[in-house]
Amino acid sequence: MSTVATSQIKLTPEHARPRASVRSRLQDALPKIVLAPSFAITIVFVYGFILWTIYLSFTNSKTFPSYVLTGSRAYQRLWGWTFDTDPPSSWYTSITNMGIFGFLYIAICLALGLFLAILLDQKIRGEGVLRPIYLYPMALSFIVTGVAWKWFLDPGLGLEQTLHQWGWTSFHFDWIKNKDFVIYTVVIAGVWQASGFIMAMFLAGLRGIDGEIMKAAQIDGATTFQLYRRIVIPLLRPIFLSAFIVLAHLAIKSYDLVVALTSGGPGGSAWLPSNFMYEYTFKRNEMAVGSASAVIMLMTIVAIIVPYLYSELREKPR
Amino acid sequence: MLRKLLIGTALASGLAFAAHAEDVKEVQMLHWWTSGGEAAALNVLKGDLAKEGYAWKDVPVAGGGGDAAMTALKAMVAAGNYPTASQMLGYTVLDYAAAGVMGDLTETAKKEGWDKSVPAALQKFSVYDGKWVAAPVNVHSVNWLWINKAVLDKIGGTEPKTFDDFVALLDKAKAAGVIPLALGGQNWQEATMFDSVVLSTGGPEFYKKAFNDLDDASLKSDTMKKSFDNLAKLVTYVDPNFSGRDWNLATAMVIKGDALVQVMGDWAKGEFNAAKKTPGTDFLCYRFPGTDGSVIYNSDMFGMFNVPDDRKAAQVALATATLSKSFQSAFNVVKGSVPARTDVPDTDFDACGKKGIADLKAANEGGTLFGSLAQGYGAPPAVANAYKDVVSKFVHGQIKTSDEAVTELVKAIDDAK
Repeated sequence: MSTVATSQIKLTPEHARPRASVRSRLQDALPKIVLAPSFAITIVFVYGFILWTIYLSFTNSKTFPSYVLTGSRAYQRLWGWTFDTDPPSSWYTSITNMGIFGFLYIAICLALGLFLAILLDQKIRGEGVLRPIYLYPMALSFIVTGVAWKWFLDPGLGLEQTLHQWGWTSFHFDWIKNKDFVIYTVVIAGVWQASGFIMAMFLAGLRGIDGEIMKAAQIDGATTFQLYRRIVIPLLRPIFLSAFIVLAHLAIKSYDLVVALTSGGPGGSAWLPSNFMYEYTFKRNEMAVGSASAVIMLMTIVAIIVPYLYSELREKPR
Repeated sequence: MLRKLLIGTALASGLAFAAHAEDVKEVQMLHWWTSGGEAAALNVLKGDLAKEGYAWKDVPVAGGGGDAAMTALKAMVAAGNYPTASQMLGYTVLDYAAAGVMGDLTETAKKEGWDKSVPAALQKFSVYDGKWVAAPVNVHSVNWLWINKAVLDKIGGTEPKTFDDFVALLDKAKAAGVIPLALGGQNWQEATMFDSVVLSTGGPEFYKKAFNDLDDASLKSDTMKKSFDNLAKLVTYVDPNFSGRDWNLATAMVIKGDALVQVMGDWAKGEFNAAKKTPGTDFLCYRFPGTDGSVIYNSDMFGMFNVPDDRKAAQVALATATLSKSFQSAFNVVKGSVPARTDVPDTDFDACGKKGIADLKAANEGGTLFGSLAQGYGAPPAVANAYKDVVSKFVHGQIKTSDEAVTELVKAIDDAK
């Protein structure tokens, strides 16, 4: 009722009391005022600095930012390093590691998360206890995960040493010290941390599936396997997409895990592009090269996210 | 209401202005000496300044290490908010000086006679364009062997004088079932050891040409190839678990007697001291075989920023206190390094410290004091890190032969120059 009254007053200005008009205008503007600071902060500190980074990548910035544009030398150097495979250049190592890590991390997390969720969804006793046990690794920071797994995987301290003491002396597991396998230890630690969270996402999705559909399928004589293969998993498609996005950005930004777990690996063999970026920008005073690598990382993310956003937005035209 | 507020604000800012007109009796210091012995050593400086009425204020750094501190410094300087001084290493000082943000301590330097007492090689980093911009705190040297004496006695070894002696000694340790060489497989530790190997293999002239002047012919030479071969030989004496190990854990292996020797800078002595070991009876410090008479150094500096006039007096007090003989002695006794001026009496130092001081003096006079490339005193960070990459890739097998290593080294250094 009150809104009708206000609009009536608006329509008849000669009766309008200035107070009401100010108030209604304020009410109209309030959401914008409240959102403005965070909007401004996002514009400056996210998009502004993205543009700044892109600008820097075309300069000759070394220790400090320089604003003289000098062309695409930083990109040319990165491009050259991309094909330096023997011995592998740091950039080549970083991007191949990104491929290995990104693919395995996302694939294993999705598979393991779904598997655990399906098992937990069998109306078992003690679900309330089991669920948080799987979920809790996500509450740890990458640094803690990294250090814990570093000790566990270290042949002189952790698993190998323990099994040797128990008598299994032929046991050998030194991936974390091996330049060819160290990236897989990063996958192990990463999967351990994130798969519980993915499980929780899938579990929520499973709980959201209409029981009637399942019953109908069972009456039609579908086996459990068919039930999941043909009905449940296809219905979980939106969860797959969300989980994929969460995992993809975790994979691309997992700098700290590499540092804590491997401190870069033997001869820098565990670097990811984020390590490369930090190392070149802040330690080697090659800010232009660091910025260029950051821009390439951003492009990679954009290449993944934009098609996703596009498909999501198209599905709900309204 | 609003008027009251305005008047209040004006008064407060007026007060603040009045306070600024006088000298600020405070030293704002950015550093990462926060652990045990180093923090204790720094307390000496805090005490000296307190006596003159200057308060000490640490600039907080999240994360602790030197990298985090340098990132914080970059942000502070970019914002125009300079600390009084900051702990800095090598080329960083020169980078900031080139950016025009460093202060000028030449007057104080003249009065205190730094020109004569600080080794010329160090002045390359503390003097920019004829102006003193930093106060060196200490000199570390990296061409040291740290040996567990009990283990050495057990295997019947003696001080190795040449590289071949050293290899023979390592063989003896291996035969006795001890880990011969304690090494942490991180790129800076491998490169630090390689600094010594190059000096030992090629001699002082060669080291200077290759790693300070970055002379192409020397970097490409057979001597460099031989150096890589010698490094490869040393790496055969480390335990299989070395990769990624922190330097202090490697030192601990020597302290405990699990390993015979570590090649490391003299900061390793701090670990021996902390474990209550005495030089000469529990452990021995020898120069890396074949490098006696030369010193490969790195040094901690306090870079002095171009602060506003009201903070300059505090800065001068800090710089004077830093290079005072009493502080240089007290600090370096604890830190394991040697004083940054050659006229400090060595009475308070242990045997290793005394040798370090004498060596530094001789090397300074003989022109055999060289910056460590691995520690960032031989060339700018881009080159130094490219060098560490190559050495580390060679140690860990991405680069397979010494021929390839030399080619890669030249390529990497050219690329980074």
